[in-house]
Amino acid sequence: MTIAAFGALAALALLLAPLVGSTRIHLGAVFDRSIPYANNTDAQIFFVARLPRVIAAALVGSALALSGVVFQALLRNPLASPDTLGVSAGASLGAIVAITFDLDVSVGGISAVPLVSFAGSLGALAIVYGLSKARRRGTSALVLLLGGVTLHMVLSAVISFVQYLADFTQTFRNVRWLMGSLDVASYTPIAGALGPMAIAWVGFATLPRVLDLVSVGTESAATRGVDVLRTERIALVSASLATGAAVSLAGPVSFVGIIVPHLVRLIVGSDHRLVLPASALFGGAFLIGCDLVARTIIAPLELPVGIVTAMIGGPVFLWLLFRKA
Amino acid sequence: MAAVSKSVIVGICILTLNAFVGAVTPVHPAPTHGSAPAMQRATTTPQRIISLIPATTEMLFAMGAGDRLVGVGNYDRFPPEVGRLPRVGGLLDPDVERVISLKPDLVIVYATQADLKRQLERAQIPIYDYVHRGLPDILQTMRALGDRIGMKAGADAAAATIQQQLDATRARVASLPRPKTLLVFGREQGTIRRVNASGGLGFLHDVLELAGGSDALGDLRQQSVDMSTEMIITRAPEAIIELHYGDPLPPERLEAERRVWNALASVPAVKSGRVHLLVGDEFVVPGSRIAVAADRFARTLHPDAFR
Repeated sequence: MTIAAFGALAALALLLAPLVGSTRIHLGAVFDRSIPYANNTDAQIFFVARLPRVIAAALVGSALALSGVVFQALLRNPLASPDTLGVSAGASLGAIVAITFDLDVSVGGISAVPLVSFAGSLGALAIVYGLSKARRRGTSALVLLLGGVTLHMVLSAVISFVQYLADFTQTFRNVRWLMGSLDVASYTPIAGALGPMAIAWVGFATLPRVLDLVSVGTESAATRGVDVLRTERIALVSASLATGAAVSLAGPVSFVGIIVPHLVRLIVGSDHRLVLPASALFGGAFLIGCDLVARTIIAPLELPVGIVTAMIGGPVFLWLLFRKA
Repeated sequence: MAAVSKSVIVGICILTLNAFVGAVTPVHPAPTHGSAPAMQRATTTPQRIISLIPATTEMLFAMGAGDRLVGVGNYDRFPPEVGRLPRVGGLLDPDVERVISLKPDLVIVYATQADLKRQLERAQIPIYDYVHRGLPDILQTMRALGDRIGMKAGADAAAATIQQQLDATRARVASLPRPKTLLVFGREQGTIRRVNASGGLGFLHDVLELAGGSDALGDLRQQSVDMSTEMIITRAPEAIIELHYGDPLPPERLEAERRVWNALASVPAVKSGRVHLLVGDEFVVPGSRIAVAADRFARTLHPDAFR
């Protein structure tokens, strides 16, 4: 029932958000096949400007929320988020390198920035995965957490170094990229992100029951028959792939990955069989809503969506937190 | 690598910097020229000048004072003679030790270089500071700078020539229809994302209007506007001019970047094939080549007027 409500919310957001924007469009004209596409401004706004960004918001929001849930359980730390282990910083570093050095690469129509960004996230994932493999059985998740945080800091320093090499316009573009944007302007980068996200979803699908056990403690999980190391690696790779795909698609969007899981837990409790799907659905709906605000509140200009996620998500979370308390 | 090269840049710096300035201070006071205390200290005609910004470096050469330069900014590359001069950093990272070691008797700085100005004042080195917020400021700076360094006649003559060229361009296109033009400063390569374009303030906006274009974002009192895809479609520009700075892009790359705009099929500029990519540093350096930039805009928007 609760999941159905979250599903209805996500469906509603998906259906309504493309209808609203800084410009008024006529839905009849959007689907009027008698108007040539090149002359149909309403259809262009709907299909090129709005629909891709709503889909991107849904995917990025759900990926970040799912990753947040999984990282918080995996690291047994409520402050963990998709940014914690450095995968997000790896994706950012890739994008900053592509912008600063004007890399001219493209695969399947996907342009250099998202491509190199995703490659950066894979590089960071390889390092984090190496750390997790080097970790001896029984070592606290704290080691992985500290290793990941350190990697994040190192990559952030490298980002600063590359930024230092950039000229003024490149720096300007780098800063703008780091603010995040869901205005993807075509379906190609979405299709590119779907591959790694699909792999991540398969991984997430195996996790709900075992995450409940692992998040309490690895030893008690092991005594109940959970292959802890395997579970942790599936969790780590799935959450990292989802994070890398999301950040390469939209840039870093703060707050969703840490706040949505907590918000959902306040509503549905801590059972991961509910938390994971509910977070996916609510994360998507939440980011669609935030992006709607971002693109309309100071129209015709836009706010970076990350500002809106923090400014809306923060107070709502605090209200829920203290209302429950 | 770097098709958009690092060279250009102080001009770009100013362009971008002005974008920030313009965004928060839409109403401008008259530009100030010269730092009063420093000018009081300077009693002789400067003979060892350092120019940190490409715009003023160009101006000094144009007025015939290029031989007095003893140092230039890291991003100066016009005229070619600057290649022989020592580099002393850029707008954001001036090398103060290097500046002082060259024993200048005048350092030309941009108005926002507050830290550098303080350091030079402490070192008792005369400075000349200026700010460019629009096209009229450029020639005003040139004349005031010439006056400051004892080259008034040369500066006035150079400024008058530029003014004549600008007037000629304006006259040539004055009676022609003014296409609604989107002047794009930058975007993510290979895609129509994070498009950054000229708003209704700044020297490039002024040059575009002079060259017979109507700025598609002229109603927005900003020098630089981040545009969404929806905004580009809605604004429906009749022409798009996209600027590329630094090293020339290979023709095939330019063509590929031009084709990216085809994704927005309903935009009149795309439909009519009026998407133009212009490569050149003159677009981002508000200096003595500003008339060249105006001429190129005019020829791009009104090719028939130049046949």
